[in-house]
Amino acid sequence: MSEENVEALTPEEAPEDGTEVQEAIINLEKAEEAKLKARYPNLGHKPGGSDLLRKRLQKGQKYFDSGDYNMAKAKITNKQLPTAVAPEKSEITGDHIPTPQDLPPRKPPLVASKLAG
Amino acid sequence: MAAPGGDMQWCFSQVKGAIDDDVAEADIISTVEFNHTGELLATGDKGGRVVIFQQEIENKNLPQLRSEYNVYSTFQSHEPEFDYLKSLEIEEKINKIRWLPQKNAAQFLLSTNDKTIKLWKISERDKRPDGYNLKEDDGRCKDPNSITSLRVPVLIPMDLMVEASPRRVFANAHTYHINSVSVNSDHETYLSADDLRINLWHLEITDRSFNIVDIKPANMEELTEVITAAEFHPHQCNTFVYSSSKGIIRLCDMRESALCDRHTKLFEEPEDPSNRSFFSEIISSISDVKFSHSGRYMMTRDYLSVKIWDLNMENRPVETYQVHEYLRSKLCSLYENDCIFDKFECCWNGNDSVVMTGSYNNFFRMFDRSQRRDVMLEASRENSKPMQVLKPRKVCAGGKRKKDEISVDSLDFNKKILHTAWHPQDNIIAVATTNNLYIFQDKIN
Repeated sequence: MSEENVEALTPEEAPEDGTEVQEAIINLEKAEEAKLKARYPNLGHKPGGSDLLRKRLQKGQKYFDSGDYNMAKAKITNKQLPTAVAPEKSEITGDHIPTPQDLPPRKPPLVASKLAG
Repeated sequence: MAAPGGDMQWCFSQVKGAIDDDVAEADIISTVEFNHTGELLATGDKGGRVVIFQQEIENKNLPQLRSEYNVYSTFQSHEPEFDYLKSLEIEEKINKIRWLPQKNAAQFLLSTNDKTIKLWKISERDKRPDGYNLKEDDGRCKDPNSITSLRVPVLIPMDLMVEASPRRVFANAHTYHINSVSVNSDHETYLSADDLRINLWHLEITDRSFNIVDIKPANMEELTEVITAAEFHPHQCNTFVYSSSKGIIRLCDMRESALCDRHTKLFEEPEDPSNRSFFSEIISSISDVKFSHSGRYMMTRDYLSVKIWDLNMENRPVETYQVHEYLRSKLCSLYENDCIFDKFECCWNGNDSVVMTGSYNNFFRMFDRSQRRDVMLEASRENSKPMQVLKPRKVCAGGKRKKDEISVDSLDFNKKILHTAWHPQDNIIAVATTNNLYIFQDKIN
């Protein structure tokens, strides 16, 4: 990287030049990849593939079925009510019975933007 | 206009928004856009609100005091909704605002959240009727028996009132989340794009829209690519482009067929398969695509770089600028904290000589194409004295850190500048941090 604050930049040339730079870049990325695989050994083989995209497309899905919830409540006599388990990055499946605690709190009343203040 | 990019000195002009560190989610700015003359500057936020600023008439006696932007209008554009059928919360966050070119006294803009696009009319009222015969001044009805003479009501001046009213609501056309809206150069139609489809609308017609791109596979398990941004060509009303999560830009010509699933041109930079890493595809995902004002070039922003493409050359970009290369050695943690999915936007200056984009730590970068110089600046309250010149910033990737440099490990990844805008004619820029809007301008000598 240039020493100057305002650097004279050359836009990156065609792949023929700077293969060393390319190699260094790839080594950096592969090192980061190794770090990630070490922390999450179960990470899928297709990183940019369907898992990622499906998660993106399903953003914001919340389920609450009062019938399911009441039936689950009825089945439990002496035990505690079903408590929510934070889903984190995993998708909510049909087995998970959402509870009122799961659902997002009611949004606060609409007020004016602070940019206009 | 003053010399572009590198020679210029950028000064602080104004900052809008609250100072406190405790940022309410609703106040997060989600889009910034100048209108076609630059007189108006609109912002949208996560709370579904739009704030429009207007440039005050320049004070000719004090040229160093460039015109300021003051609040012109503010309104609630979208409200939170719940889709009961799909158990989906529909956020009120404004994803995009696009201005229509001005045709009469009123201003029009399109604002969109994930599902619904609205056309808003912003009009001024500076006169009110006075002297009704049957009503008192406060609106109460007069007793008809008390009226002994007739008068003609007149219009008298009043304090300027700016009113925003929704003129059209374009709803129920998107199954997935709308990421882009673009007004056509014909000033009659516009496109809206979600993850898998692009629709064409007529500004007057809300109950119909034409699907022009559909990349949804028959089997969703086979989905590998989504649409990330789309834009109409600035002059050719039949041409538009859309970018994808795989770093590919497709240019389509609507004259070819009703459904533009087959591209006219495909822009992709070839990559050696042996050079691929786990992160390659994710960081190649294009977060923004913008045509140059000339219509000859387009710019794309992916996670680490900005690329300029000549529309006549599909096999590689003509220019590539690294925005924050020092992040390449941090990709693992950026994946863990989801920052690797941040969608940065980019913009051109008025004569296409300089491009700008944001980064982390409230830094933003400008690349001067003609002078081959670049600079990194910071939007912060610490540099917010009137007309204070911004000092260039430098990030040290590793090794010995010089004075005034900041180490890559000290960068605040929660302070991201995703949205920036450049005045269409002058060197005035609007830079949005999480909840503040900064306005900078070039130093007038």
